[in-house]
Amino acid sequence: MSVDRRELIRTGGKLLVLTTVAARAVEHVMAGTVDAIQRELEAEHWWAMAIDIDKCIGCGGCVRACKTENDVPLEPFYFRTWVERYRVPAVDEEHPHVDSPNGGYDGFPAASQADSEAKSFFVPKLCNHCAHSPCVQVCPVGATFESPDGVVLVDKTYCLGCRYCVQACPYGCRFIDPRTHTVDKCTLCYHRISRGLTTACCEVCPTGARALGDLKDPDDPIHEFLRTNMVHVLKPQMATGAKVYYADLDGSVR
Amino acid sequence: MPQPLKDARHLVRMAGLFLVAGVGFLVLRSALIPAGFGELGHYRSGALDDNARVEPRFAGRGACAECHDLAPEELAGGAHAAIGCEACHGPLAGHAADPDTEVPPALDTRSLCATCHAAEPAKPGWFPQVVAAEHAGDDACDECHVPHQPGV
Amino acid sequence: MDSLLAQVDGFMYPNEIELQWSVLIVLYPYITGLVAGAFILASLERVFNVEAVKPTYRLALLTALAFLLVAPLPLQLHLGHPERSFEMYLTPKTDSAMAMFGFVYLWYLMGVLVVEIWLDYRKDIVLKARSSTGPVRLFYRALALGSDDIGPRALEIDDRVGRFVTIVGIPSAFLLHGYVGFIFGSVKANPWWSTPLMPVVFLFSAIVSGIALVMLVYMTVSWLRGRTVDMTCLDTIARYLFYAFLIDFSLEVLDLIHRMYEADESFKSLDFMVKTRYATAGVLTLIGIFAMRWNVVIGGQLFSKSFLGYTVYKMGFATREGMLPAILLMILPFAILWLLIRVLPPWLGEGDRGVVETAEG
Ligand code: HEC
Ligand code: HEC
Ligand code: HEC
Ligand code: HEC
Repeated sequence: MSVDRRELIRTGGKLLVLTTVAARAVEHVMAGTVDAIQRELEAEHWWAMAIDIDKCIGCGGCVRACKTENDVPLEPFYFRTWVERYRVPAVDEEHPHVDSPNGGYDGFPAASQADSEAKSFFVPKLCNHCAHSPCVQVCPVGATFESPDGVVLVDKTYCLGCRYCVQACPYGCRFIDPRTHTVDKCTLCYHRISRGLTTACCEVCPTGARALGDLKDPDDPIHEFLRTNMVHVLKPQMATGAKVYYADLDGSVR
Repeated sequence: MPQPLKDARHLVRMAGLFLVAGVGFLVLRSALIPAGFGELGHYRSGALDDNARVEPRFAGRGACAECHDLAPEELAGGAHAAIGCEACHGPLAGHAADPDTEVPPALDTRSLCATCHAAEPAKPGWFPQVVAAEHAGDDACDECHVPHQPGV
Repeated sequence: MDSLLAQVDGFMYPNEIELQWSVLIVLYPYITGLVAGAFILASLERVFNVEAVKPTYRLALLTALAFLLVAPLPLQLHLGHPERSFEMYLTPKTDSAMAMFGFVYLWYLMGVLVVEIWLDYRKDIVLKARSSTGPVRLFYRALALGSDDIGPRALEIDDRVGRFVTIVGIPSAFLLHGYVGFIFGSVKANPWWSTPLMPVVFLFSAIVSGIALVMLVYMTVSWLRGRTVDMTCLDTIARYLFYAFLIDFSLEVLDLIHRMYEADESFKSLDFMVKTRYATAGVLTLIGIFAMRWNVVIGGQLFSKSFLGYTVYKMGFATREGMLPAILLMILPFAILWLLIRVLPPWLGEGDRGVVETAEG
């Protein structure tokens, strides 16, 4: 019996050593996580977008421009940005009628007479480039990430195509590109903004309903926009740190 | 000297196998992790360049002014002044880079003007809207309006 | 594509119209559930000394192993880039619920199941090696890691270590399947999934389905061997099955009541889905648990995160993520189990070697 106890202690000791080794290994495996807040402070830019609902005319120019600029599949229903049309019955805020035929790519057919009583407006949607992205959080391998300047991007050479991020995005902004079998999403035209251009959607927006903004630039008009408007983000209860700011957004918008 | 492990040699062998597998894993892993992973965060830093490398297809408003000084002036006073040229003319990065080989396509004003101006209740009230059939009949919009200076 | 659009009722965000996770992702939690359940049944005998279930001990372990080997296959088949799945081991992201699956899986497979089965079978493996010749002998010697030591002392050590592994194995089994529940339960964007109850509900339904599976396998194997079924054993298993089911059922109902009472924004527009959930929750069978998994995985994707509309799921048949591969994947573990039983017959320990010959012949 005493031998057994000694045996046990030995086994325990060995286990202890093994655990230490394992802990080291885990540390090694988990290396490379940078503090998000630190990153924001050090960043040169901190990109965001301002959307003014009262300016959107639902022409769909942004949808077309985005598909062209970023080579987004035309078929079937994949969009990096799209426009929704809301018609909210005055007495029933909770049940708005929403449509987005082909994402607004071809514009919107004129609404039927029956709906003309309702309050109606357009809502352009795109990736919110959240500061605490649920999609980035769930990616098992680090194939999607927040860039140092606050843009949520995808590493197409590394993505598994597991679709967990698609499930995790509360805004429906992600899809699997049928050609590459990897996830695809708005890059905030990373190739344009890093060349000093604005995004394709903002470039063609005729009324300035959407405008790219750099929160790090004190002269950027986005500060004026945020100061002078009643601003809202989509699904604030998700606490995603969304950086697409809407002015005059109706409470019925999901 | 007692041999405590005498009867547990098979267990030692098993543990040895696990150890070899574990070390093998760590070695393989350091060899396979892509370059630049973890530099800036939990991702491959080269992915930033991959995303930035794409060629733009819209040249941007600034580009046209280099060669078409007339048009912006024309636009300047009118209601369309704030609209980017490519909102109507389409993506023209190719044209701006090499205007001789890539000529902008001709525009059909009836469909072009309607994408923005067709009447629709969801459009904000301040925006000028027309029902094309009532307003213009079968005529093209540029018979009465100048696209760059639409006011009449 | 038009047909997909036609299925949409109300409004869905355009990118949501395509269902992301197919029947294969229903299989995955279902199969890991069977593994966890079977293992927990096995540990009843080992750790809690429930003698009555002894006849199923080894069978349960082998069943768990067979299903565990198959568990990652539906995932692999579903991935856009299966060849990149090893990245989960290279650069796992600590805050991703899915990233750790690879490690939890490996731990459970190698650290718990294989070790426990090996320890338990070691004596039989060594005896087999001694009594056979040629390549068969080589095979079993390799399985025994070249050791020939089955002295009482060695076996006692095996038993102790085995018990320890089982004790570690129980939380591991809980971890494995609770973890799978967490993969769904932590998706805050999806109110159908997002509940802290999810891992617990998964766990108990896992136990239910796993126990039921082992029971069925035991009955089938006994019947195939022409043996009478041990009725006390079956009775005991059935009793545990019933307890586990009661807990599972209560949890599901609790979850439901909670949702109905809270009746938040998502519930109001989704009440049509709650009704189907009720119907499926009431069925006490393996199929019932499968239906629950279906209800979670597929059901959770049928509605739009805008809560303004929903769609239906049409499963393909011979497509990559269709019914055929799903059925094949469900048959595969039984084939593996059959193979495992041939290599490591669970009833060797019973001492009647004659039976082995007939079972193998
Ligand atoms: C490098 C100089 C250059 C740049 C930059 C440039 N263009 Fe041009 N563009 C030309 C030239 C030269 C022609 C005349 C081609 C011809 O008439 O054969 C032309 C022709 C056109 C025409 C068609 C005229 C017609 O008669 O059909 C349009 C429309 C046009 N440009 C629009 C644009 C827009 C919009 C931009 C900005 C994105 C732009 N161009 C940028 C040089 C340029
Ligand atoms: C509201 C839409 C609209 C905008 C904005 C617009 N154009 Fe045009 N532009 C037209 C139309 C329509 C024509 C007539 C072309 C046709 O008939 O093919 C035209 C013609 C032209 C032509 C042909 C020569 C001419 O003057 O008729 C040039 C060059 C041109 N545009 C350049 C520009 C440039 C540069 C800008 C930006 C500063 C610009 N356009 C903005 C609609 C637009
Ligand atoms: C890309 C969208 C777009 C297209 C295409 C477009 N417009 Fe406009 N249009 C506008 C905007 C924006 C205004 C400015 C409204 C305002 O600020 O009040 C405007 C204003 C007008 C006005 C009112 C002018 C005034 O002084 O009140 C007329 C007329 C007009 N457009 C005609 C046309 C015609 C004709 C075409 C086709 C050649 C056309 N538009 C194409 C966006 C567009
Ligand atoms: C027959 C000549 C004619 C044609 C063709 C024509 N317009 Fe006009 N349009 C006018 C005149 C005149 C006005 C200014 C008086 C008014 O408000 O009705 C005007 C005004 C407008 C306005 C401003 C309305 C407002 O409420 O301020 C818009 C927008 C417009 N036109 C768009 C179009 C479009 C789009 C087309 C092509 C489908 C078109 N027009 C074709 C003559 C024409």
